[in-house]
Amino acid sequence: MNPVPQAPILEVEALGRRFGAFTALEDVSAVFGKERITAIIGPNGAGKSTLFNLLSGALAPTAGRLRFGGRDMTRVPQARFAHLGIARSYQITNVFPRLTAHENLRTAMQARASRYDFWSRRDALSGLAERADALLADIGLAGRRDRPAASLAHGEQRALEIGIALASDPKLLLLDEPTAGMGPEETKEMVALLRRLGETRTILLVEHKMKMILGLSERILVLHHGRLIADGSPAEIQADREVRRVYLGQSGGYGHA
Amino acid sequence: MQTLDQTVVDAPPGAVKPQRAPRVTAGFSRWRAPLSILALLTLPFLLPSQALAVNVLIYGLYAVGYNLLYGYTGLLSFGHAAFFGTGAYVTGIAIGAYGLHPLLAMGLGTVAASALALTVGAVSIRSRGIYFAMVTLALAQLVYYAALQASSWTGGENGLRGFTVSRIGLGPVSLDILDPQVKYLFVLAFVGAALALISRILASPFGAAIEAIRENETRARACGFDVERSKLLAFVLSGLFCGLSGALSAIHLSIVPLDSLAYHTSGMAVVMTLVGGAGTFFGPFVGALVVLVLEDVFSLWTPHWQLALGTVFILFVLFLPRGLWGSALERLSFRRGQS
Repeated sequence: MNPVPQAPILEVEALGRRFGAFTALEDVSAVFGKERITAIIGPNGAGKSTLFNLLSGALAPTAGRLRFGGRDMTRVPQARFAHLGIARSYQITNVFPRLTAHENLRTAMQARASRYDFWSRRDALSGLAERADALLADIGLAGRRDRPAASLAHGEQRALEIGIALASDPKLLLLDEPTAGMGPEETKEMVALLRRLGETRTILLVEHKMKMILGLSERILVLHHGRLIADGSPAEIQADREVRRVYLGQSGGYGHA
Repeated sequence: MQTLDQTVVDAPPGAVKPQRAPRVTAGFSRWRAPLSILALLTLPFLLPSQALAVNVLIYGLYAVGYNLLYGYTGLLSFGHAAFFGTGAYVTGIAIGAYGLHPLLAMGLGTVAASALALTVGAVSIRSRGIYFAMVTLALAQLVYYAALQASSWTGGENGLRGFTVSRIGLGPVSLDILDPQVKYLFVLAFVGAALALISRILASPFGAAIEAIRENETRARACGFDVERSKLLAFVLSGLFCGLSGALSAIHLSIVPLDSLAYHTSGMAVVMTLVGGAGTFFGPFVGALVVLVLEDVFSLWTPHWQLALGTVFILFVLFLPRGLWGSALERLSFRRGQS
């Protein structure tokens, strides 16, 4: 196993977000970096998406602070997040539909590599094309190199989605339901990919598939009504009364919250 | 190493849609500017009048400049007449009132249009979709009424007159711009240079950035692109080339009609781009050619030629949304993929 960074990579301090009178997230504090893979769970409307949007800079917090690698990120614009090493994937596949798989990755890499260059040829940019090819092979899409993303199968688009997030070589990877809409076989492949990715970087993921989360993650955060109600190892979370009450009360089991 | 390749194999039949060939345009990208210039060289031989051929060049460039913003960046502006008109007026005033060399005047017109684009862009970029279109339209109307009011400079309703350009001195050579062939080649030189530049920009990393923004703005921002600044730069570039086309039109007509700032001139850019094929390199020229020829033909038959043109436009949007050139390219790439 590769060494895991011991210093906290991400520090969340009393983070909150309100939309008008509605409080989507309140007083969430946590420190990340010791565990490779952390899952965030909670019933629908618990604030998972809001938390993800705050952690990826898509939304600015209305309360609290966010620190990444010791640097205050609270007022940093979203585009800088990718440059500093935070990348995210989306629950609904969010690729560049008319670009080919290869162009999707090359373009995503370019966002970090070059600023406003009007003159050089984009495909000749210092090894980006080769790196995109390598990443394409890594996520298992080498055979789909020149196909427009929109024409790929669902599982392939999900893989490309994660490939785009990986393109900036992030230290922190935020994955919003990476196995959404996948069958059991595809899910198994995705889990294997996530394990591999977790060896070299910190992963935070939102998921609904409890079995998968319990097997994959080292730590679980539970959100409910915008508050953090539990934070611990899978075993601790399974034994937690409050968590049981929330989940059993909602849907009668862990199956689909 | 286990990869997701199995996922691909395990996918149920039918899940993978029929393979589409790599876009044919990709291979052409190095040659698209020279090929376009060659095609434009044949225009005077195909069209009934030189004046029409020059108009196709000028409005073609205008639509190409517009396409940079609409077709490649995905921003629908309804105010590009402001840049076309500003390029034309500033060129005409610089020649007529200040006696500047025509080339210098054209440069000034182009710079003025770019500066205006920077202002309009800075104000409008943050609004989206129909709101963006409305803001650009409103600002362009502002420019229109300003030109109407400042009649001592612009000639007001009558348009700007009295700056006839007959000869353009280039060092030892003096071009007789009244000779139709010389004029055509003079305009083509600028249009060709602009096309070469635009082709290069589109093939650059910046070109990839604006395409990414067009394809998926949210994702582009998450990837680390500065979406607002890239849009603003695209807006300025678009204004620059539209301003150049306006400057060329001032030289061509030796008059700047107030209409060149009017909203239907803005609409012209939209119509030409869509008829030819938004987001294609040569499409806007095809659109300009078709629209101008139809305008020529229809206006012989009826004073309500705009009605006929409008009908044609609606038919295009409904039945050929990729435009003439866009559809032709698609057919070509599809056939290549099959063989």
